[in-house]
Amino acid sequence: MKNKDLGFRLGTGVFALVLVLIVGAIGFELFRQSMLSLEKFGFAFWRTQIWDPVGGQFGALPFIWGTLYSSILALAISSPIALGIAVFITDLCPGWLRQPLVFLTELLAAIPSIVYGLWGIFVLVPLIRSLEQSMPDALRALPLFSGPPLGVGMLSAAVILAVMVIPFTSSVSREVLKSVPSAQREGAYALGATRFEAIRAAVFYARTGIIGAVMLGFGRALGETMAVTMVIGNNPKVSASLFAPQYTMAAVLANEFSEAADPLYLSALVEIGLVLFIITLIVNSLSRLLIWSMTGRVTASTEPVAAEAA
Amino acid sequence: MKKILATITAAVALGGAALVAQNMQINGAGATFPNPIYSKWFSEYNKLHSNVRINYQPIGSGGGIQQVTKETVFFGASDAIMTDDQLKAAQGHLFHFPTVLGAVVPVYNVAGAADLKFTGPLLADIYLGKIAKWNDAAIAKVNPGVKLPTSDITVVHRSDGSGTSFIFTDYLAKVSPEWKTKVGVNASVNWPTGVGGKGNDGVAGLVQQTPGSIGYVELIYALQNKIAYGAVQNAAGEFLKASVAGVTAAAAGAVANMPADFRVSITNAPGKGAYPISSFTWLLLYENPKDKAQAKAMVDFVKWALTDGQKYCEDLGYAKLPDAVVKLEMAQLAKIKIS
Repeated sequence: MKNKDLGFRLGTGVFALVLVLIVGAIGFELFRQSMLSLEKFGFAFWRTQIWDPVGGQFGALPFIWGTLYSSILALAISSPIALGIAVFITDLCPGWLRQPLVFLTELLAAIPSIVYGLWGIFVLVPLIRSLEQSMPDALRALPLFSGPPLGVGMLSAAVILAVMVIPFTSSVSREVLKSVPSAQREGAYALGATRFEAIRAAVFYARTGIIGAVMLGFGRALGETMAVTMVIGNNPKVSASLFAPQYTMAAVLANEFSEAADPLYLSALVEIGLVLFIITLIVNSLSRLLIWSMTGRVTASTEPVAAEAA
Repeated sequence: MKKILATITAAVALGGAALVAQNMQINGAGATFPNPIYSKWFSEYNKLHSNVRINYQPIGSGGGIQQVTKETVFFGASDAIMTDDQLKAAQGHLFHFPTVLGAVVPVYNVAGAADLKFTGPLLADIYLGKIAKWNDAAIAKVNPGVKLPTSDITVVHRSDGSGTSFIFTDYLAKVSPEWKTKVGVNASVNWPTGVGGKGNDGVAGLVQQTPGSIGYVELIYALQNKIAYGAVQNAAGEFLKASVAGVTAAAAGAVANMPADFRVSITNAPGKGAYPISSFTWLLLYENPKDKAQAKAMVDFVKWALTDGQKYCEDLGYAKLPDAVVKLEMAQLAKIKIS
């Protein structure tokens, strides 16, 4: 009996180890292949704005900016909507509507990214273009809305990312909200809460899980490639404007990798991959830190946490 | 029983091996621009010689050069000429063989302007960002009588590295010294301004959707998507819209000074009727390949492609090679060691 247990434990332990090794191997290989570029540019790579394959000058700042800006904006747009969907499905919607709604939101997740990109080019971009054109001149003067109304740009990318991220965030939030013990809601009602206040209590209880869901969406948004590259305008310039065409790390890798023949160029592209890898690791670590600071636990869960301020 | 089973398995294996040995598979990779005509050629050739199958991966000119340099494929294909450094890095001496000709056209989306004319320096200035509006004096000068709108010019270029960009930037560098020093020539450059579309279809889509935009695509994309494309002024001063005849004339104009290794750029070619933004596309073959059987099959294929294969070009929007160029190529083909 003990031997069988040992075999099982060793076996699953090996699988877990293999996973860690794979991540380590990816990081190591990215580091190795970008040696040429690392030696030439060092840390200046992270803050240089020039991307010039002909002149051999490479800098990742426009891509880092574009990736973070589009992902954070997408989060800002999608999180309230996804949370709203989750709350509606668990607490507010009539029973017959529940399953169809669940099905439809999860259908969004099944649509391939390139199909989103095509929808973006033909439907979203003209919509955003007419939105940009109808913007009053007073607002246009602000740096946030400056630039010609092209349609392609940061705003289109953020909207398309938001649409792609909503199903992930909402389905995990829904699971988390569903597993809030009914005692919480009943207790709230017993204390005289309105419907909204009871829902608020449940959401507060499940907040670590919801943050985990938002972080999951963020991770998805950081790495999204095809849909973004078709609507973001692919222009490596740092700009605060929502209308300006910009660039993300995943997009530049998808676009330029196959034609890059020069060793330094290839190495610079791999270094962008390394930067994306590091940023994803940092984001995930920060989200763990956030959850830990809120609950004293490292992972998000819905178990009751002792001694929480109401 | 075991012995019988063993003999049968051995016989089947040997027979299978013999069958496989008769069927030859040759692998190549490279440019996407000639992919339609190459696919047609490989399938037509396979109909004539059923034992030779050529497998081509359109991964981009850069990828083709890389793979043939490392000898992971038997032949490469590229819209961009290999540089001296790239040739030195190869495992042996590589030959360039021009196969077809193509044209890059400036496409635009300007309401009310059916046929715009551009000069080389004008295109360069637009792409440098120096000319920002459609009704600029420089554009009006070349297009007298055309009512140009007051809107901004939205410049569209390729976001991915591409042979089309190489051809276009090569042309701009020849007609604009400022472009040559400031931006340069490459499959992927630091575009001074504009929006990037992915692939020829991405650029075509962006231009079709964005009023007041200008872009560059391969001729076949402009024709198939029915996008308006402009006439470009050639070295002889004529304004020409791209056509198969114009591209062939550009190649013929370059025949007189054709270098022995065929590494020639025919953008801005001299001569009447020559379309200025034309280019060859090349197959890259080793002079002394290791696999002699594949070498013989490949040489036979290229001979067919340069002669009988050319009849499939025009339907797919490519221009045939001039006869003089084909003759020179046959001489170079003879140098490949097939035994």
